Amino acid sequence: MASSLLSLASATPSAPLSFHGIREGKSNLGGINKEKTSTFIKAKSFGRICMVVASNVSRFEGITMAPPDPILGVSEAFKADNHELKLNLGVGAYRTEELQPYVLNVVKKADKLLLEKGENREYLPIEGLAAFNKVTAQLLFGADKPVIKQQRVATVQGLSGTGSLRLAAALIERYFPGAKVLISSPTWGNHKNIFNDAGVPWSEYRYYDPKTVGLDFEGMIADIKAAPEGSFILLHGCAHNPTGIDPTPEQWEIIADVIQEKNHVPFFDIAYQGFASGSLDADAASVRMFVARGMEVIAAQSYSKNLGLYAERIGAINVVCSSPEAAARVKSQLKRIARPMYSNPPVHGARIVANIVGDSALFNEWNTEMEMMAGRIKNVRHKLFDSLSSKDKSGKDWSFVLKQIGMFSFTGLNKAQCDNMTNKWHVYMTKDGRISLAGLSLAKCEYLADAIIDSYHNVS
Amino acid sequence: MRHEFTSSSSPADRRLNALFRHLATASTESRTAVAFCPTSGFHGDSVFSLVVRAPEDPILGVTVAYNKDPSPVKLNLGVGAYRTEEGKPLVLSVVRKAEQMLLNDRSRVKEYLPIVGISDFNKLSAKLIFGADSPAIRENRVTTVQCLSGTGSLRVGAEFMARHYHQKTIYIPQPTWGNHPKIFTLAGLSVKTYRYYDPTTRGLNFQGLLEDLGSAPSGSIVLLHACAHNPTGVDPTLQQWEQIRQLMRSKALLPFFDSAYQGFASGNLDQDAQSIRMFVADGGECFVAQSYAKNMGLYGERVGALSVVCKTADVASRVESQLKLVIRPMFSNPPIHGASIVATILKDSNMFNEWTIELKAMADRIISMREQLFDALRTRGTPGDWSHIIKQIGMFTFTGLNSKQVEFMTREYHIYMTSDGRISMAGLSSKTVPHLADAIHAAVTRMS
Repeated sequence: MASSLLSLASATPSAPLSFHGIREGKSNLGGINKEKTSTFIKAKSFGRICMVVASNVSRFEGITMAPPDPILGVSEAFKADNHELKLNLGVGAYRTEELQPYVLNVVKKADKLLLEKGENREYLPIEGLAAFNKVTAQLLFGADKPVIKQQRVATVQGLSGTGSLRLAAALIERYFPGAKVLISSPTWGNHKNIFNDAGVPWSEYRYYDPKTVGLDFEGMIADIKAAPEGSFILLHGCAHNPTGIDPTPEQWEIIADVIQEKNHVPFFDIAYQGFASGSLDADAASVRMFVARGMEVIAAQSYSKNLGLYAERIGAINVVCSSPEAAARVKSQLKRIARPMYSNPPVHGARIVANIVGDSALFNEWNTEMEMMAGRIKNVRHKLFDSLSSKDKSGKDWSFVLKQIGMFSFTGLNKAQCDNMTNKWHVYMTKDGRISLAGLSLAKCEYLADAIIDSYHNVS
Repeated sequence: MRHEFTSSSSPADRRLNALFRHLATASTESRTAVAFCPTSGFHGDSVFSLVVRAPEDPILGVTVAYNKDPSPVKLNLGVGAYRTEEGKPLVLSVVRKAEQMLLNDRSRVKEYLPIVGISDFNKLSAKLIFGADSPAIRENRVTTVQCLSGTGSLRVGAEFMARHYHQKTIYIPQPTWGNHPKIFTLAGLSVKTYRYYDPTTRGLNFQGLLEDLGSAPSGSIVLLHACAHNPTGVDPTLQQWEQIRQLMRSKALLPFFDSAYQGFASGNLDQDAQSIRMFVADGGECFVAQSYAKNMGLYGERVGALSVVCKTADVASRVESQLKLVIRPMFSNPPIHGASIVATILKDSNMFNEWTIELKAMADRIISMREQLFDALRTRGTPGDWSHIIKQIGMFTFTGLNSKQVEFMTREYHIYMTSDGRISMAGLSSKTVPHLADAIHAAVTRMS
């Protein structure tokens, strides 16, 4: 038994390197003993003096405190604020009109059914739950479409959108060394981190036009054209994050033309299918159009928002290939990337999605709830627009609020103005000017309008 | 065009290497005109035409092969997943109870967890592995972050080390779990080995271990299996652990513990954590990757934790902030379900006790399988010393069979196991022990 474990007396971090006396005996183990002993005590258990040069200084002393995550850190700051009028428009998580988190009824049903079924918890295959992979690809690309029937999609379950993007990024780094990913300016804050950590170089294409608070389409096309042939173009399938500004169907066609011309690979991030317009098919139109042209496409999916499964971390990476044989090879390599990262993905969220999408009654229920969520956001947009228009006498055009789509609105506020939103009005948002309409209630629209108008006009 | 991964370089270096290699090979390839564009295949050719088919993962591939076999006597001794006496997977009763409680709790939501995961889960996991009275915990010197089971915890820890630690070499035992080298390599560490298993004694090569760790550069990282070494089942004695500790501290080697079997090896949670606690007791630093896959039977839920024991609370909090930067671009925040189950069980003393009972029952059944297999081989007079079967500990036995013998056993007896001769005792039952014993006997007497 370890009855005479040797222990070193703990020392304060500022002390220089020094020899420590050795205290033995269980009772001193863990004793808060800050005494510094400089004598050498003969260790009882091994009958010899045991001198250990102990560094007082941590190996990690030089590590600096990392800044809080710009998006997730907003919620943390919000929690710390005690002001009664505070409003959290930071993270893109859906809230009810009462500003409460929302677990879909159909998800509650699915959770209950899962527990009743009492299935085992065995490891999933590296690529995830087969039933999930099947329905997720069908949902995105259309169950009746040739690409599905021809089995040309390599689908691997991933850890929501982030994890799926990361798998694809690692695939690009390994098999397309030197190839660049082009990301929109602006884009979701975590995109660049994902590509940085995966070792994939990236650059930006123009996207947001602050003058129109709309899409800089010419700039976008020019930058995509100028990129080295064979680049990967990261596109938001619908409900662009953070701007809420999506290309029109005509613009999508032109984007596809340019990508084909330059032998680029379209790389879709689809985090809001069904959540943007309320229709799963409508929100998948852009991706499906590219695929229908015969292009090879990468598409990352997330069920965080549309099924409210945020914390379950459920999503998928899909790679549409020109042949089923290529798809099989690509899938095998995606597995090789996943295995040393987390071995195999979590089963719970995958079963929920597979059960809901695979059951027509539950699937219909889901569609109804999703229309409700998307509908609430559209209503809030209208109310915010009305409030801004009626309260702001300057004649500024606030219609971008109505034209934008999805959970977010890009207000056009700069960092100083955003700081004013938070410091003066207790409205929490990301510093790029993005507000999450999912976190806004009809009741708070007027207050928010006041805050935006004040920040826009009185702060520079 | 396979991109060979240079393990010891930074992400920036790897990119440059890749680009360099791409440009260097471009001029020698026949498809020079399109070689500069990595994604342009010929007309109709796939962008992914250069992506080759990866082989099946050697461990998980065993189950794939097993599933394909139609034989009624087939036996899956590949993956380390517990099976009951009836050969079925087991969901612990206490786990089902916890899930029912979670489902009944109307206030539960599915909002994103913090990047570091569930706070209760993290605290309770640290208590579990380090002991409730651990000075490191009391002094706030431990940071614990929820990760994706053992693999995920190892990967996050390794990525952190590759970025922030001055020594980017990790020493892993020979042999070790097949996934270890890849985890560390992809995280950006360079991998070396230290002698561990002695095939002649089927025990620990302690001298070799001490020599190899003794000659490692100061500050190097050392991977240690906390208990129930995978794949050999050979663990150091406590005395040996103490010597390892002293050697490592004298050379400032950084311990990275992989704890995948706490409670599962001996049946006792505290006993299986002794090696780790010995290191923490001396006030030094270490990393610990914890998995709840086996001891809570939560395999597919991917529940685990990475703990970093630091010299000071201040360092621990800075380390935590940097761990978040590793996690965010990998999966943003961890999955809620499995960790909620674990937290529910660990914080309730009745449920905790129930768990220890179910855990001991699993460990005892495995020990019983060891005894039965050993007896069966003895009865058959199978040549060789098979006492290592009962001396080794944990889920696996390193049989000492070579790959030809393993292949024979698969072909003739439909026994599925990894080619290094490792068998999962958890996959055996009293009914199937005779069949396995027959297979081993045949392999040993007919193949060498």
